Amino acid sequence: MQAQIKVKRFDPEQSDESFFQDYSVDVTDESTILDGLIKIREEQDGTLGLRCSCRASICGSCSMRVNGSAKLVCKTRIKEVAPNGEVISIEPMGNMPVIKDLVSDMDAFWSKVRSVDPYVKTDFKPEAEHIASNDSMTHLLGVMNCIMCGACVSECTALEVDSNFIGPAALAKAYRFVADPRDEDKNTRLSKLNGNDGVWDCTRCLACVEVCPKDVAPMERIVKMRELAIEEGYTNTSGFRHTDTFVESIRRHGRLDETRLALESTGLKNISGLIDLAIIGLKSLFRGKIPPVLPHRPKDFNKITSIVERLEDKRKD
Amino acid sequence: MKFAFYPGCVARGAAPELYTSTMLVLDKLGIETEEIEKAACTGAGVLQEKNQKLGDVLNIRTLALAEQMDLPVMTICSTCQGVISQANHRVNKNTDYLEEINAELAKEGLHYSGKTEVKHLLWILIEDIGIDSLQNKFNIDLSGFSFAPFYGCYIVRPSDALGFGENPQRKHSLDMVIESTGASSVDYDGKTQCCGFPILLINQKNSLKMVSKHTGDAKDNGADAMVTPCPLCHLNLDGYQSKARKKNRGDKADLPILHLPQLIGMAMGIDPKALGVNKHLVSTVEFVKSIKSKITT
Repeated sequence: MQAQIKVKRFDPEQSDESFFQDYSVDVTDESTILDGLIKIREEQDGTLGLRCSCRASICGSCSMRVNGSAKLVCKTRIKEVAPNGEVISIEPMGNMPVIKDLVSDMDAFWSKVRSVDPYVKTDFKPEAEHIASNDSMTHLLGVMNCIMCGACVSECTALEVDSNFIGPAALAKAYRFVADPRDEDKNTRLSKLNGNDGVWDCTRCLACVEVCPKDVAPMERIVKMRELAIEEGYTNTSGFRHTDTFVESIRRHGRLDETRLALESTGLKNISGLIDLAIIGLKSLFRGKIPPVLPHRPKDFNKITSIVERLEDKRKD
Repeated sequence: MKFAFYPGCVARGAAPELYTSTMLVLDKLGIETEEIEKAACTGAGVLQEKNQKLGDVLNIRTLALAEQMDLPVMTICSTCQGVISQANHRVNKNTDYLEEINAELAKEGLHYSGKTEVKHLLWILIEDIGIDSLQNKFNIDLSGFSFAPFYGCYIVRPSDALGFGENPQRKHSLDMVIESTGASSVDYDGKTQCCGFPILLINQKNSLKMVSKHTGDAKDNGADAMVTPCPLCHLNLDGYQSKARKKNRGDKADLPILHLPQLIGMAMGIDPKALGVNKHLVSTVEFVKSIKSKITT
């Protein structure tokens, strides 16, 4: 069958502008997108730049955007994306500079991964192996499956507006060591990740979970590190105040107390934040849109209070 | 057609016009509802950061209450839909975990079998009502208008918890509904991205960049208004559009943000004021004028 592939081309030595180039290539039902791209490069256009190596979704080299979303092209069959011969759009990964065509510059990606000190830190000197329990290692298997392909970083909606955010790949890697029982640096790691550009800047949009070809679920690891940071006593953040007020609101009312949530998350000492809220509140008032003073409580809401007390207080103990 | 109704906190709080417009539209569609009066807030993924099991117990409790009513659940918020779907997905793939949750629910005499279906109104429109029947309810042809869909993260991801495998049309559901009114659906990068609301109170700078980017891109691509099935997205895209656009693009808020039932209601010929379109913070005056000119012609 013929695959119709349009590739985003960019060569800084020729022009500052990128453009799409259309190709038609003969492939089989089993062909992957990478097979198609290699065939184009070998048979039609030797100038097409792409990065690949193992062709077996192990090396993590061939991540690129397929129809707008990052995938490992060696793991994606043409037929699965274009069952009826539809045009397939191929672009380099997002949130990274482009070196040429489909080759992304991953320098910032690697710097961020290195910034989390991706190795076990311990002073313990075992006579033989440093043994960890089976359960703890089984738990870490999911995150150890990461092949550093960059797909999660490509689609991260927080990175799109803030290149300083450390990002899902580095945070998933950080979790791999935070949750390793042999590591003795958990507290310092969490302290650092709890700061600016760290765990609380994730929007929880799930884009990284959706595109990860290895089911690492970076966002779930980020959320877990927020929980661990709170447990370690790192509570002087608006992120903590936000989640804490949320739980308290449900404990008190069974529902969300939006006014209190906004005030407490902003922080009662944050004058400019409070002025902002007041402006929005006045504008809403002017439009006749006023949230109730107390939230609309569910029937028998005390049953919900009991559940929160049972599960939250028990956990704290 | 009857559903156990889960309106969510925001439709009962900061966006009351969503509740009003939903009720008007459901009446015209002939959909009966019975509110799950004892249901708790879903936790919106925020409570889950502190205690995921607590979130799962509260959400599975909502499904157990619906099971007692012997009805499928209807939501009107992308975030509520996603968070409940994720909890449902977790217990359905792990029977030990379901038993653990049921042990908590048993203290209140409740039990969940794992079978309750949870659907956003958006999906009900395309799957239970159907596009043809929906169009039969429309009195105003909105051709000539362009609307930018804004789905809200939790109604598009993670796709395995949202039944996209069995129901692939859900991925394009909002585009389908917009086009069913005769209007064009605007294609732009931001339609399935984050509105910034989850970090509004944590990192406002980044949150406002998202609002500015999405509303600005939609406008640049010809949108007359944006339509969202998520009231949390609405709060940010409408409430903070003015500040976001001034700060990041140096221009003014110019894109009305509509709740999904407001669009459907206007296509049905319901007065925009009755649908609460005038309650939004970004002015809808010019937009409503152009809709009304359609009604009179």
